[in-house]
Amino acid sequence: MLTKEQAADVFDRIRRFSSADEVEAIFTGSRFALTRFANNTVHQNVEEENSVISIRTNFAGRTARATTNQFDDESLRRAVAASEKLARVQVADPDLLAMPTCDEAKAAGEGARATPTRFFEQTAAITPADRAEVVKGIVAVAGKHHLTTAGIYSNSESREGIFNSVGLANWHHQTLAEISITMLAEDSSGWQKLNSTDVRKLDPARLAETAAQKAVESAHPREIAPGKYTVILEPAAALDIVGFMFWDYSGVAILDQRSFLNDRIGTKPFGENINIWDDAAHPLQAGSPFDGEGMRRQRVPLVENGVVKRVVYARATAQKMKNSEYAAKVGRIEPTGHGFPLPNEMGEMPMNIVFEVPEKAFGAPEKPRSVQEMIASTERGVLVTRLWYIREVDPYEKIVTGMTRDGTFLVENGKVQCGLRNFRFNQSLISMLSNVEALSVPMRACGEESFDMVVPAMKVREFNFTEATKF
Amino acid sequence: MKNAARTALDAASAGGVTYADARAVSIRNRSLTTKNGRVGHASESESLGIGVRVIAEGAWGFAASADLSGSAVQAAAARAVEVARASARVKREDVRLATEPAAVAEWTTPYKVDPFTTSVEQNLDLLLKVDAEMRDVAGVTLAETGMNFQREESWFLSSEGSDIHQTKYSTGAGYTAYAFAGSEIQKRSYPNSFGGQWQNRGYELIEEMKLVENARRVAEEAVALHHADQCPEGTATIILDGSQLGLQIHESVGHPIELDRVLGMEANFAGTSFLTLEKLGNLRYGSELVNVVADARQEHGPGLGTFAYDDEGVAAQSTPIITNGRFTGYLSSRETAHTIGAARSGGTLRAEGWNRLPIIRMTNVSILPGEKPLSLEQLIAATDDGIYMETNKSWSIDDKRYNFQFGCEIAWEIKHGKRVRMLKNPSYSGITTEFWNSMDAICSRDEWAIWGTPNCGKGQPQQVVGTGHGASPARFRNIRVGSAYS
Repeated sequence: MLTKEQAADVFDRIRRFSSADEVEAIFTGSRFALTRFANNTVHQNVEEENSVISIRTNFAGRTARATTNQFDDESLRRAVAASEKLARVQVADPDLLAMPTCDEAKAAGEGARATPTRFFEQTAAITPADRAEVVKGIVAVAGKHHLTTAGIYSNSESREGIFNSVGLANWHHQTLAEISITMLAEDSSGWQKLNSTDVRKLDPARLAETAAQKAVESAHPREIAPGKYTVILEPAAALDIVGFMFWDYSGVAILDQRSFLNDRIGTKPFGENINIWDDAAHPLQAGSPFDGEGMRRQRVPLVENGVVKRVVYARATAQKMKNSEYAAKVGRIEPTGHGFPLPNEMGEMPMNIVFEVPEKAFGAPEKPRSVQEMIASTERGVLVTRLWYIREVDPYEKIVTGMTRDGTFLVENGKVQCGLRNFRFNQSLISMLSNVEALSVPMRACGEESFDMVVPAMKVREFNFTEATKF
Repeated sequence: MKNAARTALDAASAGGVTYADARAVSIRNRSLTTKNGRVGHASESESLGIGVRVIAEGAWGFAASADLSGSAVQAAAARAVEVARASARVKREDVRLATEPAAVAEWTTPYKVDPFTTSVEQNLDLLLKVDAEMRDVAGVTLAETGMNFQREESWFLSSEGSDIHQTKYSTGAGYTAYAFAGSEIQKRSYPNSFGGQWQNRGYELIEEMKLVENARRVAEEAVALHHADQCPEGTATIILDGSQLGLQIHESVGHPIELDRVLGMEANFAGTSFLTLEKLGNLRYGSELVNVVADARQEHGPGLGTFAYDDEGVAAQSTPIITNGRFTGYLSSRETAHTIGAARSGGTLRAEGWNRLPIIRMTNVSILPGEKPLSLEQLIAATDDGIYMETNKSWSIDDKRYNFQFGCEIAWEIKHGKRVRMLKNPSYSGITTEFWNSMDAICSRDEWAIWGTPNCGKGQPQQVVGTGHGASPARFRNIRVGSAYS
């Protein structure tokens, strides 16, 4: 993997090879390893190292990108030439901005919280033998409960940098370790997944025990009729479903009229207890502190007390929005450091979501509740570990469909009674976030359908299960 | 590149392995999009590297490197061996590979026009013409188009003597018109949604798709949906167009027949399968009219799952999956073939690129057309009361592949053999085997096409590959419709 100094040297070569008005290079490099197990044995075990440079050239309103993972002069010249050729043939786009200077990026970042260290030597140093030992421990837990286990244990070290020809140079170095465990019984299963930049914060044995407990307790699942139920969504389930609305918190999505917020910014579509920020510097978040143009990621309030406050903006989107018919309806407009690498048609997106649960945000109860407390307060409902294969059904009412999976339980009279056959849901996110009765303390969670977030467990009334499956 | 593969193989073999293979891969892409009359995205990329797969002490190891220098390739091979020995610490039994004759071969996707020889100006000019046609229709609020080409050249060498050089081309294009009005966003896509139509062909695919000619109609339909009635909720006879049936096959046949899923290898992410081993040869999967094959051979057609050899050197084959309604075959690999008593792999192991371990993937999983001549219009004319649905809008299925729900972009109510009114927000749902057993008509070869699914995700780390699905429109009885909005 390249260091920042080596990347700067490569960028100097690229500048020499280019005749464009402006040049930008994004470097990404990673060393990634993953041990995969199933049927209580390791069945796949991989390591990979790769570095990629993506070169963008600008010619007076025309821009394009070319990417290569080879760093010899010939490959770099070829990539520069490809980018320039793609750019030159275009009609000039009056909305394309010059690349941000170092001063512009710095000014936009003033007042932003410092991003905590996200590189941990202990995570980077994990060996194949270390991963095998952890998997052995997980398999032992499965054996103790007479279960079969499947999952992954991975670790990575990654570097990301952006340089441009008007002086910007940003660099980010990070590690990540991730464990995902499924425990399978004859007719039931349980699941847990967690990741962290610091491997010492992961407890594989505890995750394995929790997954095993879910598999055991959901054995011989009952089938109950689909319908509207109170549900308790564990954080991973909450994350996977709410993640489907954040593409819409984008200036471009509003300008394109493809957002469910088209006419809803400043309104209160959600309950009083919903507060959502995008906050890349949050201590439980991961990822780089700058966006695809090198702008510092700002902390942005998306929802406060149920009111949609703001959406995020790349530089060009902010300028376009200010000149649009929507300018008076969308609240504060400024570049927020959420742009994707240019050129792109999606603009920007908040991807460091943090739910906040202030104690005063509730009528009753007035404080965050644990999942156990949510169960204890539920007369009849469904506890959901995980959701699966979620897809959007209706873009404006934000109806999504999907399935429950790997640990779905009937709650009656304040207690988990038994496992349930899995349900299909068709649920509007707008009505779901209007029906939240309780929230837990937010935690870093990860699923499979959406990006990682800091999100609470949620107790939601009238969640719409429309069908049941056969297991 | 081939020398790098040879160096890797020699280095791995020196490490005391019982099997090794090396795949050196060079991938080139071009991706272009437009949005509302402007270029949305213009990029090219190339990625080169090598992946080394070994069996040591009876367990798998894999390592990959983008650095193709001799020392880096040797280091990758050594890492693969180290990883395999670590895997062996948590193994129950040794990996067993089905025997496969060594192959020495050269193969290239047949094409008429190498897409990379076409100019970017030509590509963008076509997309902007489509875009202009769509935006010329009042009520269209967003027009998006896209075009993609890929060339993947690979050298596969194995310790058993295989030496295979393949070059695969894939081409895709499509567009969508959106109309936002009141409290609804409606859209129509052509020739298919989520990226359009994709095949393993050259630029001739783009030229044959009549992209400009269909743009206005598609845009008008997007706007007209705002005035259409809601798809009713209840039970109905439905007819699905070929592209939607292709996705139905992908989700409710293609994935459950993956033998690694059946054996629990994907339990943590993609899921398992209801098609447990005892069902092979015994399960009534569908009606007598349902005949499905997994066919990677060129003679099946230019699907995204067409090749000469898979990524462990097994020749392309055609496997009967459902024969006259009965379940007859899985997708298998050299490692899994013995679990179904097969002497040979079905040849379905594929990787996303040089840096990924190949896993079982769909090839071209296709339903065969009806033998009696039957056009879509004849099928509609022969339907007294039903709903014809076209172009996928949403898709979801459980992790054993029983319960599914699909939404389509548009539908028409059929009464007495005629389309009588447009319906918006159509959806249908069901249980896989009940659904396929309800099929009572399928159109013939004239209506049959291989649809490309370029975005099939599976594996950890996730790998996205393209799959092909031949289908013609078909009719299904007593299907639950409209529950997505219930």
